Amino acid sequence: MSGFKDVQHLFRFAGLFVAVILAFLVVRSYVVPKSFGEYGHYRGAAIGEIAAHPIKFAGHQACASCHTDIVETKAKGAHAHVNCEACHGPLATHASDPSAMTPVKLDTLVLCVRCHAASAAKPKGFPQVNPAEHMGGVPCQSCHNPHSPEIRPDTGKSLAAGGAR
Amino acid sequence: MNISRRQFLILLPAAAVAWEYVEAGTPEASPNYQMSDHWWGMLIDITKCIGCGNCVRACQKENDVPDGFFRTWVERYDRMDYHLESPVVISPDGGKEGFPSVVEGAEGDYFFVPKMCNHCSDSPCTQVCPVGATFISPDGVVLVDQTYCLGCAYCVQACPYGCRYIHPEKKVADKCTLCYHRITKGLTTACCEACPTGARQLADLKNPNDPIHAFLKTHTVQVLKPQMATGAKAFYNGLDGSVR
Repeated sequence: MSGFKDVQHLFRFAGLFVAVILAFLVVRSYVVPKSFGEYGHYRGAAIGEIAAHPIKFAGHQACASCHTDIVETKAKGAHAHVNCEACHGPLATHASDPSAMTPVKLDTLVLCVRCHAASAAKPKGFPQVNPAEHMGGVPCQSCHNPHSPEIRPDTGKSLAAGGAR
Repeated sequence: MNISRRQFLILLPAAAVAWEYVEAGTPEASPNYQMSDHWWGMLIDITKCIGCGNCVRACQKENDVPDGFFRTWVERYDRMDYHLESPVVISPDGGKEGFPSVVEGAEGDYFFVPKMCNHCSDSPCTQVCPVGATFISPDGVVLVDQTYCLGCAYCVQACPYGCRYIHPEKKVADKCTLCYHRITKGLTTACCEACPTGARQLADLKNPNDPIHAFLKTHTVQVLKPQMATGAKAFYNGLDGSVR
């Protein structure tokens, strides 16, 4: 086996090579997060971390579990499918502890106009009014109950007008 | 304890499987939520959008989106009959405070288009990330691992829909998470929660009882930029051809 004469230096080099690879593997095992590659080329634990963010909108079911009267009123009118927090804003803190935070009274002059101000850009079937012509500064809730806004022909007001509590 | 070589060899693969579970990392935040049971998308009905900006405000509140940046926004298109290819598009502050009103009989066809991350199933943005900081979750949501992101903004450039931005304080990529922290708890997204007309509907394409399936059968829906083959999962009903 004359071909393997004087190969000591090659073994030394191979040893160094193995040592470097081992060092790389050790460092890599420390640096790469445990869950990397769990589902793909990313840190799997990130999914759980993002899912653990706190919520701010409680969701309609949370509102309905206490405010059954309002939900009943709402169910009869045009706003049946408008979620509470669409107008009242995010109220998860109120839902988890009602004493911790009370929702502020809403300004109907701002709120109603946001959706119902007339614009040709809006879908044709959507109820729209020109705020200045329609009410002339009178607050919306003096005629309309925001939770069930249709005007009854007999009284000229909606069911329990001003009943927005 | 005496174990024969044969028994040891039988136990070895079992131990390997058990170790996989030990290594698997933190448990999921919501114990009842199975990622493999869902494939999330969104249905956006142009014919119902009134441009009130509720979704934009709700998103900013729910997700602490910095001012001037948007995870969702609303555009108003003004499409002239003689110039179908070049509509006039406005989106003042993302449509957050609504839009200037249009007088009846104004020239052109006006309509609102809510935009957001399309949660593409072949998303260009996740493919360009050099460090594996953005990814499609097993339930079809495009997410960013902000502890891993370098802020190189390749993904911001790669998104054909302009849905990503670099967070001005965190200096990392930020985008719509489809309210992942809500949908995994059985809630709908903040934008869907706040939409007064139902123009937005969260859709679970893997749930056979989701109303999306009936809707897709009976309507002709489109995605944005279908020619880019992104596998977008934001389905638009009533989308005009001039929308880009």
